[in-house]
Amino acid sequence: MYVAVKGGEQAIGNAHAWLAEERRGDPAVAELGIAQIREQLAQAVNRVMAEGSLYDPDLAALAIKQARGDLIEAIFLLRAYRTTLPRFGASRPVDTADMACDRRISATFKDVPGGQVLGPTFDYTHRLLDFKLAAEGEVPPAPERDPATGPVPHVTGFLNREGLIEEEPGVDTIPPDLTREPLEMPAGRPLRLQSLSRADEGFVLSMAYSTQRGYARNHAFVGELRIGAVAVEMDVPELGFAIEIGEITLTECETVNQFTGSKSEPPQFTRGYGLVFGQTERKAISMALVDRALRWEELGEDFEGAPAQDAEFVLSHADNIQATGFLEHIKLPHYVDFQAELELVRKLRREAEEVRSSALMGGLASHDGQEAAE
Amino acid sequence: MIADALAGGFADPAIDAAHAFRAVMDAMARPGTIRPVAGAEPPAPLSPAAGAVLLTLCDTDTPLHLAGSLDDADVRAWIAFHIGAPIVGSDTCTFACGSWADLVPLSRYSTGTPEYPDRSATLIVEVPELTNDGAVLMGPGIRDRAHLSLPEKDAFRANARAYPLGLDFIFTSGTRIAALPRSTEVL
Amino acid sequence: MSGCMRQEPDGARADYNFAYLDEQTKRMIRRAILKGLAIPGYQVPFASREMPMPYGWGTGGVQVSAAVMVPEDRFKVIDQGADDTTNAVSIRAFFERTAGVATTTRTREASVIQTRHRIPEEPLREGQILVYQVPIPEPLRFLEPRESETRKLHALEDYGLMHVKLYEDIARHGHIATAYDYPVRVEARYVMDPSPIPKFDTPKLADCPAIQLFGAGREQRIHALPPYTRVVPLDFEDHPFEASKPDHPCGLCGATDSYLDEVIVDDAGGRIFVCSDTDHCEARRDSGHVGEDTA
Repeated sequence: MYVAVKGGEQAIGNAHAWLAEERRGDPAVAELGIAQIREQLAQAVNRVMAEGSLYDPDLAALAIKQARGDLIEAIFLLRAYRTTLPRFGASRPVDTADMACDRRISATFKDVPGGQVLGPTFDYTHRLLDFKLAAEGEVPPAPERDPATGPVPHVTGFLNREGLIEEEPGVDTIPPDLTREPLEMPAGRPLRLQSLSRADEGFVLSMAYSTQRGYARNHAFVGELRIGAVAVEMDVPELGFAIEIGEITLTECETVNQFTGSKSEPPQFTRGYGLVFGQTERKAISMALVDRALRWEELGEDFEGAPAQDAEFVLSHADNIQATGFLEHIKLPHYVDFQAELELVRKLRREAEEVRSSALMGGLASHDGQEAAE
Repeated sequence: MIADALAGGFADPAIDAAHAFRAVMDAMARPGTIRPVAGAEPPAPLSPAAGAVLLTLCDTDTPLHLAGSLDDADVRAWIAFHIGAPIVGSDTCTFACGSWADLVPLSRYSTGTPEYPDRSATLIVEVPELTNDGAVLMGPGIRDRAHLSLPEKDAFRANARAYPLGLDFIFTSGTRIAALPRSTEVL
Repeated sequence: MSGCMRQEPDGARADYNFAYLDEQTKRMIRRAILKGLAIPGYQVPFASREMPMPYGWGTGGVQVSAAVMVPEDRFKVIDQGADDTTNAVSIRAFFERTAGVATTTRTREASVIQTRHRIPEEPLREGQILVYQVPIPEPLRFLEPRESETRKLHALEDYGLMHVKLYEDIARHGHIATAYDYPVRVEARYVMDPSPIPKFDTPKLADCPAIQLFGAGREQRIHALPPYTRVVPLDFEDHPFEASKPDHPCGLCGATDSYLDEVIVDDAGGRIFVCSDTDHCEARRDSGHVGEDTA
């Protein structure tokens, strides 16, 4: 006798218990602390903060621990938490010219005022597995110098003095916020930048890479890449001035892109822009390239049909939380729809079979007729 | 005045708003249906029903127009404290509240765009009484016909002719509400 | 701000606002629901929030349910017609925890029913609310992937693409080859996606005494059908719409008029057909109906 399956509730409870056990791993091995993740897996923390749209290294570290190192899952945890937080207001725009730079490089000039600062980068490390780290990771302190103080002007500003690069005047309009309003097409640049800044790193990287390979190539030079801390300030209406509420680390990338001019614009360099939480330079550079590709319309360029030019395509598919949810939902039962498809396919096959056999019968009949006539 | 402005909101905001919304939704889904709403005690001349509707649907994201005698210092203070909706003119509001005479003409309000007909104003119309007689209504939400006391007919007929553009109406009287969406045909 | 939820650093939720969502979010969703009811079948954009369950797993339905729910409600959740499928269990537990509402598996007793892929067999009544989880709310999406284009087509009431698609089906297969998610026209105006319900359920959309609300979280759209709305499946005079189901009785309760699941019961591929609506089937068995496969 057939008995319908029951007990979903218990199955879910058991699955969660097993998951918790697996997350902990072998209890004979010391448990990871949040501080360890925050300090030693900082790049994972940065990515989770950037794509989770929440600057909180401790919560990001917690999410990474809870997600067993699955960064998209950790981003999801942070996003779901973020949504429940009340919104007190918006900060003033951060001033990256006042950044305390840990790293600052320009590919367009041999040297720049303030100097090229490599900072803590993987760039020139030889990617050789360091077996010493397997035993212990204690390191001698790195050499230090006094930090440079004062503003660090942007490299693109130097080009601007000659009028060689497009102006990007500041505006006072409040940018839209896709976490509070449904995404609407066509999307202006502020909305596109917001979307790219929290977009999946892998997606933005691949989109940027596609532009380098000729799908809407935009000849990007890294005018400047800078990483460091900036102050976050908020206007307090009651006080009548802004107060500093904290400091965050940002990665900013400005690309200088060749531009031969168009019907509406003179020949000059154009810009792509990337700004991401934390030390996330792969993402920031990618973002700048994709930003530039998406600007074809406002610069009067041709739409080449390249994926990275297509704002609706890029913005609709850049969010890994949306993507992973919808992708993985096909694991859920779909047997009702499948049943409907089964019935349809069976019916179509039955009818096709009938048509074939009647054609065959007809063919035989006419064959017989031919024979008779012969 | 300040003390009055601080009083009269929902005592249990999440629960009171949930109940009030169910009444509003039911009224909008079944044009002609009259429902009680409770929980709000706004300053006169705002009715308790209109107060409850405003508390349930409006906040800092919804520009609100107060028409005629409703645009009053006590009402403004109460709305500023409990709702925070920016008070605006009729042409940019998403909600408007007032007596029928103060709200008309309807051409002053946004009826949405062909791509986004939802970007239209909702009018909260304070009426002296609400009864199930008067105009005959047909359309979505109505099994055969419904009856509702409307302040007039022609304006609503014109509104329905613009469908899917148009305004949607919530009528409030004392502690009771009814609604008339743009989809309703007024015979 | 009233109604914000706090989460303790150790992961335990200290408290919830009623039905999880904060009040500002609920107001935003409630406004969208009202516009949806005022313009039946039109997709109202709403600022869907990130929920603590994945997009594609019912976040739209959950947000709509949270926005309409009152503490006195009796809540039912079905997925594929069944109350005990894992995601239905998970969503039901979510509202038990965050709204403290009573739940039920009985269609008749429920005041709010959240569903994925089915409309219950038992006719709905006035006072009930049916909330659909919707993956892709745009009926034209697979014909035209761009939202900017499909929005224009709806504005212009230009549904030629859809008719061409259905006509090509007929030309190729002799039938409209859409077995579920069958497009419908609402009040002779908007073409609407009814969510992936089987064709068998499509006629139940029309003239329904209950309020029907459709929530698509990832796609940020809500649409609605007030009670007694005219909903007509798209078809052609010479190829009229036909609701279909497996031509068997239910193996457990013997029902001949319910939608059936095909269940493989042994390694030899033996199959039986059983009601997809588990409540309907149980109620029939409780009142003495017996199917062939219960012996």
